[in-house]
Order: sequence, then C-alpha cells, then structure tokens
Amino acid sequence: MYGRRARAALRGWGGVGAMAVLCALALAFVLLLPHTQAPADGRPAGQRTAHAGQVRADDCQDAGAQDRSLSPSGADGPTIDAIKARTGAKRKLIVGVDQNSYRWGYRNPNTEGAELEGFDIDLAHRIAEDLLGDPDAVQFKAIPTSQRITAIQDNRVDMVVRTMTITCDRLSQVAFSAPYFKTGQQVLAPKSSGITGYDGSLAHKRVCSAAGSTAHTKLDADRTSGRLPASTDVSITVPNQLDCLVRLQLGEVDAVVTDGALAASQAAQDPTVELKGKPFTTEYYGVAMKKGASDLVRRVNHVLVDYRDHGWQASYDRWLSATLGKDPAASEPPAPRYLHGG
Amino acid sequence: MTHPPKSSAPPPVAVPGVPAQSGPPAPPVPYTPVPHTPRPPAAPPARRTAFAEGAERLRAAATTEPGRLRIIGAVLALVVVAFGAVTAWQTSERAAAADDVLHRSQPLSSGAAGIYRSLADANTAASSGFLAGGQETAGTRDRYEKDIRTAAGGLVTAAANAEPGSASEAAITRLNRLLPEYKGLIERARTYNRQGYPVGGAYLRYANEKMQRQMLPAAEDLYTRENQRLDADYADATPYPWAAIALGVLALGALGWAQHRTYQRTHRVLNHGLVAGTAATTVVLLWLVVGHTVARSELDGSYDRGIRSLGVLHDARIASLKARGNENLSLVARGAETVTVDGTVYDAYYRDFDKDMAALGKGLAAAGRLADDSAGTAPVKAAEGNMAVWKQRHAAARTEDENGNYQQALDKVIGAKGATGACFDSVDANLARAIDHEQGEFQRAAGDGRDALTGLPAGAAALALLGAAGAVAGIGRRLSEYR
Repeated sequence: MYGRRARAALRGWGGVGAMAVLCALALAFVLLLPHTQAPADGRPAGQRTAHAGQVRADDCQDAGAQDRSLSPSGADGPTIDAIKARTGAKRKLIVGVDQNSYRWGYRNPNTEGAELEGFDIDLAHRIAEDLLGDPDAVQFKAIPTSQRITAIQDNRVDMVVRTMTITCDRLSQVAFSAPYFKTGQQVLAPKSSGITGYDGSLAHKRVCSAAGSTAHTKLDADRTSGRLPASTDVSITVPNQLDCLVRLQLGEVDAVVTDGALAASQAAQDPTVELKGKPFTTEYYGVAMKKGASDLVRRVNHVLVDYRDHGWQASYDRWLSATLGKDPAASEPPAPRYLHGG
Repeated sequence: MTHPPKSSAPPPVAVPGVPAQSGPPAPPVPYTPVPHTPRPPAAPPARRTAFAEGAERLRAAATTEPGRLRIIGAVLALVVVAFGAVTAWQTSERAAAADDVLHRSQPLSSGAAGIYRSLADANTAASSGFLAGGQETAGTRDRYEKDIRTAAGGLVTAAANAEPGSASEAAITRLNRLLPEYKGLIERARTYNRQGYPVGGAYLRYANEKMQRQMLPAAEDLYTRENQRLDADYADATPYPWAAIALGVLALGALGWAQHRTYQRTHRVLNHGLVAGTAATTVVLLWLVVGHTVARSELDGSYDRGIRSLGVLHDARIASLKARGNENLSLVARGAETVTVDGTVYDAYYRDFDKDMAALGKGLAAAGRLADDSAGTAPVKAAEGNMAVWKQRHAAARTEDENGNYQQALDKVIGAKGATGACFDSVDANLARAIDHEQGEFQRAAGDGRDALTGLPAGAAALALLGAAGAVAGIGRRLSEYR
C-alpha cells in the first residue's frame, strides 16, 4: 500500500521532473534560437540557407520535411494552458492568416459583417473549437508572407494557418504540424502569353513572387543553378502573392510563380490568365507554431487526424473544388508520418 | 539791382549742330580731303571732347549769378523729379507685391493646401468605402468624387500660375500624371470588390501606396513652394522704400537751401514757385511714409493673424486627415503592418494614428493661442472637444480590435452611430470654419494694406512733376530779373 503510493508519488515527481527538464530544454532552445537565427542580413527567412544549414545539423531533406512533426496527443501542456488561461474577451486563439487568398483566407466584401472565410479559416475555427470549446473563439491577424515566421517568434500569434509550406529551413525556426494540404509551385501568365511553363520560355521575362515565399527561394536558386535562363528577372517581390496579380494586370511583370493552389485562386479572379505547365515542385502546407510548443503541435496534429476524416472534404468542396477541380486527389495530404520517437 | 547781362553764355544745353563760339576766329582750315560734301567746313580739328567742353562751359556759367541760378534750377528739378520717379517705382513695386500676396500667392498657397487635403481625404474615403464592403455608401462615394474634382480643379489653378520651369511646375506635372493613375487603380479596386474578389483589396493597397509614397509628397512639395513664394511676396511688399525717402529728404533740403539762398540775396521771404515745389515734395514724402507705414503694419498684421493661423490650421487639418486614414488602414491591414520600437512590437497604423493625434492636439492648441477673437477661437475650441471624444471612442474601438472583435471594432470606426467617423467629420468641419474665418481676417488686413498704397505711385509722380515745375518756375522768376 505504502510502496504503491510511494511509487505513484515517485512517478508523479518523475513526470514533473521530466516535464521541467523538457521545459528547460525548450526554453534554452528558444533563448538560443534568436542568436543562431538572427537575421543580420535582413533578408527574408527563406533565403538564409547558409544560416539554416548550421542549425539543420540533422538529416532533414525538404522532400521529407512534412514527416518531421510530433505524434498527435490530446493532452494539455504549458502552451495550451497559457491559451486557456486567457480571460474575458481575450479568451481566444490568436491565429495568423491571410486576408488576400481567394477561397483560402479572405474577406468577401459582399457578405454581411467582415468575417474572414476560406479553407484555412475553416481549419482555424476547428482548432479553436477543440482548444477552447468555441469555434468562434479566434482572433485573426492578417500577416504578410514575409512576416509569418517572425510573427510566431515574437509571440504575436499562437499559430499561423496561412498556406505555409513545410520546409527544413523553416523547421529550424518554427514547429510545424503534420501536413494538411498538398500542392506545388506553378507558373501563372496571361493566356495570350508565349510562356509555356517553368522553362526556357521565361527568358527575358519578369517574374513576380511574394517576399519570403518558397516560390521566391526556388526562383532565386534555379536562376543561380541554371535551371532558369539567366535573363529571367526574378527580383520583383511583393508583400503578398495577390499583389503579383495586380502587377501582372498592370503589365509590370510577365508571369507569377506561386503555389498552384494560390495560383488557381488568382486565375479564378481574372479569366484572362491561366496556369502554365505542370506543378514543378511538391509542397505540403502545415500549421506553424512556436518552436518548443510541443504540446500545441501534438494537439493540432490530434485535431488534424480527426479533421482529415471529418471536415476536410466538406471544406474542400465548399472552397476549392471550383478552382482546383472536383477530385481532391491531387490536393489530399499524405497519410501522416511522425518523427520517429517524437 | 538788375545787372546788365554780361557774358550771357547760352545755357549748358547748347543747341546741337551749332558750333560753339570761341573767342578769336578760327585759323584757316587746312584742306581736308572730304570730297563731294557740300557741307560747311567742319569744326576745327583742335576741338576737345564734349565732356570737357561742357565742364568748361559750366565752370564759366558758375561764375555769374544767372548761370548759377540756371544750374540750381536744373538740379532742383532733377532731384524732385528723381524723388517722384523713385517713389513711384518703389511704391508700385510694393503695391504689386501686396496685390500678389492678396490675389496670387496666398490663394495659391491655400490652393496647394486644398490639393493636399483633397488627395488625403479621397484616399481616406476610398479606404472607408473598402471597409464598408462592396456596397459602399453614397456618402463615401460622393465624398471621394468631390475630393478628386477639387484636387483636379486645384491643379489647373496651380498650373495656370506656375512659372515655366519652376519646381512648382514639376510638382504639378507629377501630380497631374499620378492623379488619373490613382483614380484608375481605385476604380479597379471597386469593380473587383463588387465581384467579391480580394484582388480589389490588393488594388486598394497599391493605390494607397501610390498616394502615400508619391502623390502626397508631391503635394506637400507644391505647398512648400507656394509658401516660399508667399513669403517672398511679403518680403517684397513690406521693406521701407529707403531710396525714395532719402531722395525726398534730399529734395526738401535742396529746396530749403535754395529758398534760404534767395532770401539772403533778395531779402524776399517767399518765392511762390519754390514754396509750391516744397509743398508738393512734402506732401509726397508724407504720403509715402504714412502710406507705407500703414500698409506695412496691415500686411504684417495679415501675416501674424492670418497666414500663421492658416498655416497652423491647415497642418492640424492634415494631421486629423492622416489620423483618420491610419485608423481606417489599421482595420484594412488587420495587423499586417508592425513596427518594433525598443523591443516592443506595435501596429504600424495605430502607432502613426497616435502620432497624428498628438500633432492634431498640438496644432489645435497653437491655433487657439493664435486666434485673436472669439469668432476664431470658437471653432478651434469645438474641434478640441471633438478630438477628445474621438480619442475616447478610438480607445474603445482599439480595445475591441485587440480583443479580436473585428466587427465591433469596425462598427465603432465606420458605423452609423457613435463611431469615430462622426468625430473626425466634426473636427474637419470645425477646422474648415476656423480656416474660413482666418482667411477672411487675412483678406481684410492684407486688403487694407494694399489699399493704403493705392494711388501712391501715380500721385507721387504727378505731385513730383508739379513740384519740379514749381521749383523751375521759382528759379525762372529770379532769373527773369536779370533780363
């Protein structure tokens, strides 16, 4: 009797101790991160490959970056407790979203009220429902593409649900959930244009991409490596991928490179432009959270497991089938795989 | 007392063409090969220069009293006429500058402030329309259209008055080019908004960027230039006409001396001609000094009471416009723009709003101090009251926004009742009233200043001619006694 109680007590203390050690580790990591990751050169995070390489001492490959999340768990932890401890009108999950991605996260000017809506917004509501018991207990903050990582690091948001691709580079700065959507970079250009896809037809063309996006990183790298003609101008960047459509319509650029899912949203707003060629990368969207907030990551993965079966399809049908096609097969996330022992 | 005319040399102004009579007859002229000219023989080759000749004759004339009198008469006439001419020139220059202040540079400075205000207001109206959604209200739409019309009209006026090649002209050209571009972007934003496409919002951001980065700086540049011109016109209108005053004193002194001399020689107290000349000159000098002093003090008053108040009020109005624009944009951007100061992250638009409100508060306080009557103070006081309410309501709206209650925040900013929009409108209307009042003050004072110079150039010229005629007549009267 005594022995069992003592053992239980020991186990309890052990648990607390382990948690304390974990917390300390997480804290140390978080504290150290800014030093290893200080953006001294001021360039968007995606371009700082040299820095990331030092932190990325493990075997992360971009092709497998989506499989490096933690295994799901419905348990609370310090991060979740802190969110739940918010009181009154502030008892909300703060989510960084986009308000410019048609059918992903946008404000329909013709609806009553000013609610944001779209595929990402649905998911944010779902996570809030699971965490706080109310799907509307969300405060949306619109953030530009290049601000997604710093918004998390500065604690401006609890998480970012904003068509954010899981990459090794970003994994060294934030934590990601398991993937919830599959897409790939594609070229968008006017129908009348001679551009045929992500190839030599982009020679002497001005290509627009969002600052800090995977598209811009890829364009830069491919132009250096020679996959793209050296005469392609990839220097034009904008705060938001949608601003590229404005530049395209005004004739300031000749083509846009962005995720196929978003490019389709752009094409849906302008019948004179279209997607050119096949997707030339494979990317997975994940929910980004603060590095070290492992309880929140596990919890979001827990929500996603359920969401894939109940909710994902309905949300796809409602928002994306019109632009991406009735069949969601090309967009469905892979069966989740988690970091071994994670 | 009449002396027989001794060597009555001709007056210095010799009849041209007639050779001067030198004492002994000229020696026979040697043959000079000037063929085919049936003219009388040319002047002797030993002739000196005309200047030396004139000086010699003057010296000769100065040795006799009539000669001296002639010289005195000529000098008196010259000084009085010069006084009149310089007075006419300097006062007409100042009157023209005062007229420019009243009818040209001040309206243009006001017009430039109007262009800036309309552009900023149009931008604010456009963002309000976007916040309200696809169904933008007729009020916002009308306001936007009216602002664009005002700005376009203001640009035409400014262009008509700009000097070719000036910096103002360059700013106007830039604005003329950018205004249709801006309007085009806003129309696209509207169209897409109506269709429910978020690219409308992207166009609005692009238009806003064009306005903030290019158009408003150009309008500010124009305003600065027009103010420089206004200051230059004031600087031309107000300095004392020292040259004219000095000549006036010199003319009076000369006339006085001539009369004193006449008195000493003839013991006659009054020489009618000289007295008339002195009187005319005195009148001109008094008119000049008094007229200019009045004009100067009125113009200085119009600057201190009108222009400075107007400058402060225009700045306050622009600050309130910027504050309103930033309040709207913080809701359009929804936290997208942040700035980090001393390690703390702020919403960029809210931070700018706070700065603009501080500028507005300072501007209103300064305007209250400068306002010199109750009609000028009342609207400023009212605007201060509106601003206090605005701050309260804004704080409530911001709390809602920070708590994630976006719709409630929106209602508190652009809603129909109890929103910050009504406060902004009241501030704007009160500032417009104050500006109207100060504009009236300015026009009255500057008008009085300009009117004080009315007729002075022509009057001075006419009186000076009269004075010169009097002096010549007076001297002629004395001269005739020698014949």
